[in-house]
Amino acid sequence: MTQAALTGLRIETAGDETRVCIVGPLTVREAGIAYDRLAALTPSPAMTIDLGEADTIDTIGAWLVYRFLRDWRVAGVRARYANATPEQEKLIEQARINDAPCEVRPREANPVVRQLAEIGRATVAITDRFGALLAFLGLVLARLALQLARPWRIRWTSLSHHMEQVGLKALPIVGLMSFLIGLVLVQQGAYQLRRFGAEIFVVDMIGIATLRELGVLLTAIMVAGRSGSAFTAQIGTMKLTEEVDAMRTIGLDPIDTLVLPRLLALVILMPLLVFYASMVAIAGGMVFGWLSLDIPVDTFFTRVRTVVTMDDFLVGMIKAPVFGMVIAVAGCFEGMQVAGDAASVGERTTISVVESIFMVIVFDAFFAVFFTTIGM
Amino acid sequence: MTDRDVIIRVRGLRNQFGAQVVHDNLDLDVRRGEIIGIVGGSGTGKSVLMRSIIGLQEPAAGTIEIHGRSTASLSERDAKELRRTWGVLFQNGALFTSLTVAENVQVPLREYYRMDDHLLDEIAAFKIAMVGLDRDAGPKYPSDLSGGMRKRAGLARALALDPSILFLDEPTAGLDPIGATAIDDLVRQLQQTLGLTVFLITHDLDTLHSVCDRVAVLADKRVITVGTIDELLAYPHPWVQEYFKGPRGRAALQIAGGADTSGHGEGG
Ligand SMILES: Nc1ncnc2c1ncn2[C@@H]1O[C@H](COP(=O)(O)OP(=O)(O)OP(=O)(O)O)[C@@H](O)[C@H]1O
Ligand SMILES: [Mg+2]
Repeated sequence: MTQAALTGLRIETAGDETRVCIVGPLTVREAGIAYDRLAALTPSPAMTIDLGEADTIDTIGAWLVYRFLRDWRVAGVRARYANATPEQEKLIEQARINDAPCEVRPREANPVVRQLAEIGRATVAITDRFGALLAFLGLVLARLALQLARPWRIRWTSLSHHMEQVGLKALPIVGLMSFLIGLVLVQQGAYQLRRFGAEIFVVDMIGIATLRELGVLLTAIMVAGRSGSAFTAQIGTMKLTEEVDAMRTIGLDPIDTLVLPRLLALVILMPLLVFYASMVAIAGGMVFGWLSLDIPVDTFFTRVRTVVTMDDFLVGMIKAPVFGMVIAVAGCFEGMQVAGDAASVGERTTISVVESIFMVIVFDAFFAVFFTTIGM
Repeated sequence: MTDRDVIIRVRGLRNQFGAQVVHDNLDLDVRRGEIIGIVGGSGTGKSVLMRSIIGLQEPAAGTIEIHGRSTASLSERDAKELRRTWGVLFQNGALFTSLTVAENVQVPLREYYRMDDHLLDEIAAFKIAMVGLDRDAGPKYPSDLSGGMRKRAGLARALALDPSILFLDEPTAGLDPIGATAIDDLVRQLQQTLGLTVFLITHDLDTLHSVCDRVAVLADKRVITVGTIDELLAYPHPWVQEYFKGPRGRAALQIAGGADTSGHGEGG
């Protein structure tokens, strides 16, 4: 008596025996459906999987045959297969030998415990990270002092390569950004100041704001996004491929070879980039003033020269190398923290950018208080 | 040999990187259902040959036919259908680092077929056991595995779909001899039970002796000869002679030959 007609499976019942005839192929293609249908069967006291009409069976098909027979036997059913070719028998035997269920993912604790553990871990991680960052900073400064004492040990080739990457190649984008910001600032400022008839003060504004704050902040943000992230990704990938370990065993210090050239490059080039960015921003303001506000170029110039003091210029220039150092240290530190898999590189790169911009702004606030206190 | 017997046909293949020519006018036929061993010195372009056959490396010239169809002119859908019929083990394993070993094995299954999650987990465990990995390897991430374990995990992934062509780039490199023999046996058994075609790059002389039906030798930018080991032993090229008759080659030959003699003894 035929119980139900299924595609590829025919189920016949005779007395207390159920025969499951596999018709046609039973391979990875059919596995999904075959599994669902076999799992839905209620086993009778005797079950037989008949392979007489099966044509191709692959390892996954054999696995299905084996695992259902096994389950049925465990449930106290007399289960067997019939009419298998020697090849099919071999495959089923192979499935039997390799029946070793394993976990697919690491075991997870219950959600509440996991959340609590997560909070705990995060807290420990933050303090650990802060400690590690300080340790890293200390290490870098120590190695830096050593190298500066013996300048011939500095890796000049590497340094000049990084200077090109972080400095020269950043010029177009930093320039474009600064020019546009200068332009927009003057346009917005003039719109507000016009109501007091004090349009000419946009020159004071753009000159002082750019030199003291905007030039250096915007450049730092740009550099953090451009170079800080690149540092993390480069060093992180090298950690993944064990290049950093290889360097250590050869006797190269990763701080000397990887971190210091990047750090020095940024410390040297940040002031230059900031100066360049400020000049271009002022030029942008000047162009807008000349074209739209009818402020002649020479008026603009003389006014900038009278209102902007040396102090304003120095404030920006003093901050620049410090910010460069912050970005380089954060970028390299996060790169060194990479471990495990490719996702970790991405994660660390994001953290490095966020961290360096955050720290730049914190340092900027400190500088603001400091300069006010000393009257600069 | 009729056309139907040839599953991979490479004609006039040329690969180059800048000025360096890796292959020049390379011909190779792989027959259906055979295990073909590819040997050659380091850097002779074995991996590059595999990459060009599976379409990861655009050849500078030449044609590659698989199942009688040129791979260059396949539509997106046909190419995907073709990729379903092969499994690839890369030289360095190339596991997805953000997935566990078991999840790695499930990736091709999930991509091509719909099946119950429970069955997926079972199949992953089955394949992991099949390549001789311990059951605790399943939930581990690739970064927590040893080199040999990564190789096996890569093999388990390559075998996930029960492919009809298996490309293996040095499957036994970095494995202990017992594990390597087990992998050899597995490949042999799969070939016998499922009729797989295996493209096997190896430096392992024991593997060559125990599993390969034919061996292709890569030298001078092309396949200089293809044949059984006995045929290669008689081939006059100096590299081939050195390879099979050097100290390592002799040792492997003796083991293989010795087994044969004792077999004859029992028979007679
Ligand atoms: N992406 C690439 N760019 C440039 N050159 C490459 C590239 N891939 C391979 N090559 C060159 O092609 C040649 C062959 O490389 P291939 O990896 O195929 O060697 P192989 O025969 O597999 O060696 P091994 O036995 O060491 O694995 C080498 O000289 C290598 O430098
Ligand atoms: Mg190779």
